[in-house]
Amino acid sequence: MSVPATIRDARDAFRTGARSATDLCRGSLAQIAAADGALHAFQTVTADRALARAAEIDRDRERWRDAPLAGVPIALKDNLCTRGVRTTAGSKILESFVPPYDATVVTRLERAGAVVVGKTNCDEFAMGSSTENSAFGPTRNPWALDRAPGGSSGGSAAAVAARMAPVALGSDTGGSIRQPASFCGIVGLKPTYGRVSRYGLLAFASSLDQIGPLTLTVGDAALTLNVIAGADAADATSAPDEVPDYTAALDGDVRSATIGVPSRMLESGVDADVARAFRAALDVLAARGATLVDVELPHAKHAIAVYYLVATAEASSNLARYDGVRYGFRAPEAKAEGGPSTDALRSMYARTRAGGFGPEVKRRIMLGTYVLSAGYYDAYYLKAQQVRTLILRDYDRAFERVDVVATPTSPTPPFRIGERIADPLQMYLADVFTVSAPLAGLPAVSVPCGFTSGRLPMGLQLTGRRFDEATVLRIADAYERDTGWWKQEPRGV
Amino acid sequence: MLAFAMAAGFTRAQVEAIAALANLALTPSELDLFARQLGDVLAYAEEVQEVDTAGVPPTAHVATRHGSDRPDRVMPCLDRDAALANAPDAARDAGFFRVPRVLG
Repeated sequence: MSVPATIRDARDAFRTGARSATDLCRGSLAQIAAADGALHAFQTVTADRALARAAEIDRDRERWRDAPLAGVPIALKDNLCTRGVRTTAGSKILESFVPPYDATVVTRLERAGAVVVGKTNCDEFAMGSSTENSAFGPTRNPWALDRAPGGSSGGSAAAVAARMAPVALGSDTGGSIRQPASFCGIVGLKPTYGRVSRYGLLAFASSLDQIGPLTLTVGDAALTLNVIAGADAADATSAPDEVPDYTAALDGDVRSATIGVPSRMLESGVDADVARAFRAALDVLAARGATLVDVELPHAKHAIAVYYLVATAEASSNLARYDGVRYGFRAPEAKAEGGPSTDALRSMYARTRAGGFGPEVKRRIMLGTYVLSAGYYDAYYLKAQQVRTLILRDYDRAFERVDVVATPTSPTPPFRIGERIADPLQMYLADVFTVSAPLAGLPAVSVPCGFTSGRLPMGLQLTGRRFDEATVLRIADAYERDTGWWKQEPRGV
Repeated sequence: MLAFAMAAGFTRAQVEAIAALANLALTPSELDLFARQLGDVLAYAEEVQEVDTAGVPPTAHVATRHGSDRPDRVMPCLDRDAALANAPDAARDAGFFRVPRVLG
């Protein structure tokens, strides 16, 4: 028997006794076995461990029965540390890295009764928008195997879309949860910066990174956020704010909601199918009683430039830790020339990093190193941080008038694997709608908003005020109630 | 200060200088590829220069709400064996990471 498509159905099946945790786990593992040969959504499947955990839950059913995620199979992006389970971040440099600790989100999920079935493929160190930058090969889009699932959390998105698990966690730095959710026809939520602890997330850009859920429904995203959100002593940037019950906000009522539409941003560069689906989605919300108003985000057009200066600068610093000393791959010793010297050590670092990192990671480390170097810091990094302030102020001003800002998640439907990989700049430009939310620290969700004539999924993005996930989710849920795109299944997986 | 041209494409020597700062041993073909690609990206990013940022403070992070200070207490942490477990070369008994010899 397969695993139910949603958290709610899986959890209810466990609660009522209709299905055991073991049964749910077997369902998930069976679907992975059936579909993952074609998709490569998983980097590691933790079948034995998952079954052992499920059996433990079944043995103590009374204790677990009312846990929020009791018996629910979950997949984790492979940049989240799992104690005793290999964690690669899609990189050869961490090919054999086995973390000695769990990320806080993993601890919280397991405490809520979730069963981890595996680790999902991603762009190396979450750098990419297609999952083609994984050192272990690309993931394929369940809707069209020749297309990219988006990235960097492409494995997580493909796993949920292909009904391998009702929920997966991803991480989002410039769109890495929302864009793959859009490409795979599912829901992806990037919470407010600080809402979810980053402890145990392999860092890419620390001022932008945030962990969030990928699910089929908005309700399931809210349920998962309930579990993973909240302060954590191990992450000083996690916010002390109370965690509300996000599912309680989903009342379907958008009559008091005002939705801002940055029309000027949408004038050019948006695919015709995407533009049509976006307009239709706004009509659905308007018909439910939401008010639509035009908003100006004058600095949004600079967001991609700012993002690729700030994120690469932070990455070049964060990834300095991979030097072949404490963990991961080390290049074989070079022949010593003229006896011991610091040259031998530096050469070991440089060859380890050259052999362990893939092209996109090297490119970003190089760019980040350059923009932080003496003489260019002010012109690029400092300047980008100042423009970041202006982007943030644009949103603050918009949120005086509106509750959320709506855009398409991606300007195009899923592109073909191999189509953009040779031109990094073109790949970066496609992040136009997703990079602003992390720069401003705002929560944003992508919810499915239909299919192209060629049956490729598209997503609607709603961005909200800091720590106002409730409103973002409420409006997305109301839209989902009238459309239900998530109920359509990709063929043949 | 490194003598780089501003964004108008990079020479191979300039890319080599950045690679040295980043501790990356690049191949000749990578040097050529990155010279072109970094030039493209920086030429695009040049647009931030047009923005008037006079008097605008930089945003380095968006963590607006911090947890309160905590008492400075000794807490459990990774034991030494666990910390060394992933090292490609460790002197486990002595409790050290080992690196190529730097002194004679």
